[in-house]
Amino acid sequence: MASVTGTAPALSTGASAPPERRRSNWVPYALLLPGLLWLFVFFVVPMITLFSQSLQEGSIDEGYTFTGNVGIYAEALQSYFPQLLRSIGYAASATVLALLLGYPLAYFMALKAGRWKNVLLVLVIAPFFTSFLIRTLAWQTILSDVGPVTSFARSIGLTNLLQAVGLTSNDNLMASKFAVICGLTYNFLPFMILPLYASLERLDPRLVEAAGDLYASPAQGFRFVTWPLSLPGVVAGTLLTFIPAAGDFINSKLLGNTQTVMIGQVIDAQFLRVLNYPLAAALSFVLLVLILALVMAYVRKAGTEELV
Amino acid sequence: MRWVKRHLLAFAALAVLFYMLIPNVVVAIFSFNKPRGRYNYQWTEFSTEAWQHPCGTPGICESLGLSLRIGITASFVATVLGTMVAFALGRHRFRGRAGTNLLVFMPMATPEVVMGSSLLTLFVMMGVPSGSEAILIAHIMFCLSFVVVAVKARVASLDPRLEEAAADLGANAVQTFLRVTLPLAAPGIAAGALLAFSLSFDDYIITNFNASPSSITFPMYVWGASTRGTPVQINVIGTIMFLIALVVVVGGQAYSSRRQKAA
Repeated sequence: MASVTGTAPALSTGASAPPERRRSNWVPYALLLPGLLWLFVFFVVPMITLFSQSLQEGSIDEGYTFTGNVGIYAEALQSYFPQLLRSIGYAASATVLALLLGYPLAYFMALKAGRWKNVLLVLVIAPFFTSFLIRTLAWQTILSDVGPVTSFARSIGLTNLLQAVGLTSNDNLMASKFAVICGLTYNFLPFMILPLYASLERLDPRLVEAAGDLYASPAQGFRFVTWPLSLPGVVAGTLLTFIPAAGDFINSKLLGNTQTVMIGQVIDAQFLRVLNYPLAAALSFVLLVLILALVMAYVRKAGTEELV
Repeated sequence: MRWVKRHLLAFAALAVLFYMLIPNVVVAIFSFNKPRGRYNYQWTEFSTEAWQHPCGTPGICESLGLSLRIGITASFVATVLGTMVAFALGRHRFRGRAGTNLLVFMPMATPEVVMGSSLLTLFVMMGVPSGSEAILIAHIMFCLSFVVVAVKARVASLDPRLEEAAADLGANAVQTFLRVTLPLAAPGIAAGALLAFSLSFDDYIITNFNASPSSITFPMYVWGASTRGTPVQINVIGTIMFLIALVVVVGGQAYSSRRQKAA
């Protein structure tokens, strides 16, 4: 269970340990060089310039000078702690919801769908290839205050319930915490389903049958056989959902209100409209460190060594 | 009741699928709308006007063209570079393997807003102007890792004995690579390229940090429209994209299952 992307079929001998080649040793380095150089220059170096930018003072017009102003981090955290916390909270809620929704579908596709398997897979993948902004705008239409969904939710008392638990602030569905979390869950659901499907599809159904033969109830069979074997998919899926959701601001901007502003929205505005580069860079760096820390802790706990 | 209980899982799965597909259905339905105001949120009357003039609103097809150009270039470069990295990881022993894996994994574990903003600081410091070149550089960067993962999975599952057989039959290293290894890895490479294209074509967050007013990509156009008023043409293009995606995915599946049967 070490690798999320899985090991090769038993037929192949050299899946995790590549075969020794009688070639000279420079070949792998030559293959790696252009790609890794690109990642280094346009991913690693920008992280350094981002950190450096956060410790500079000045303005766009007059230029920035490095002053080592670490106080900017205190200022950033003080001003935008609620947004930061909210982003983590929304992303975590969306991840849990996506797991709850995605697992049954992935399980059904992998083990029960039979000849419909490929059709379902197409229907899961195809929306992913269509512009997600357009699809998020469609949620504005679906949850519109005058639309049938909202009036149905009103008639069954759902709007009152959502208002009572604080997910909405009036008897509409749009422009609320509820709409933002719905949108986040929707947008990143394929990222949850595909890794789940990949690990469930490799599951040997005979193992679950064996559990049944040994008098395990279906629930016990799931708890002790299916679930543990699908864990690599769960880990990969939750990471692929949580990370982009935590930095997202499309959903909070299009489906939320001023009370649902997420940290990505603040970073975007500070960089591109307020033009306060040091503060924006500090926030961006805090988000990066926070996500990395959470991911590291989670991966260590889940015991998945190699993710790529 | 028993029947319902037995098919509970199927109902749950279909309900989730419904949740995933309903926005696409709404986009398609509203592409036949003729809204009265600037926003296409409420159904007024049936019209095929937008379908007859998909470019009938200023800027939309220019932005589509730019997104296509950036998407094709970025996915091509990312596929070449990513495939090379994937072959090195899947086919060779070398020092620094763990570091390479980490460097490939990191962009996928970084929120887009952080990657976009950090690239902005790099470009500002280096004096690189924002615009389509900056967008292209950014897209190649974040697509690369996904290509590596897609191709590596395929390369790792190849049987090395096939290459050995080619060598035994007198093929040299280049011939073995071109005639045996590359065709066998092709489905993984195609999947990686397709994924890279769709990621690039659909990206808004990173693009927005590196764009200039003269480089409006399609997602940026849609974003702008969401504040100015949404032309029906957006729905038309969204629906066409969905149909193309369906054809491509169905085609890919049919092709791979035919190959599996043949093998």
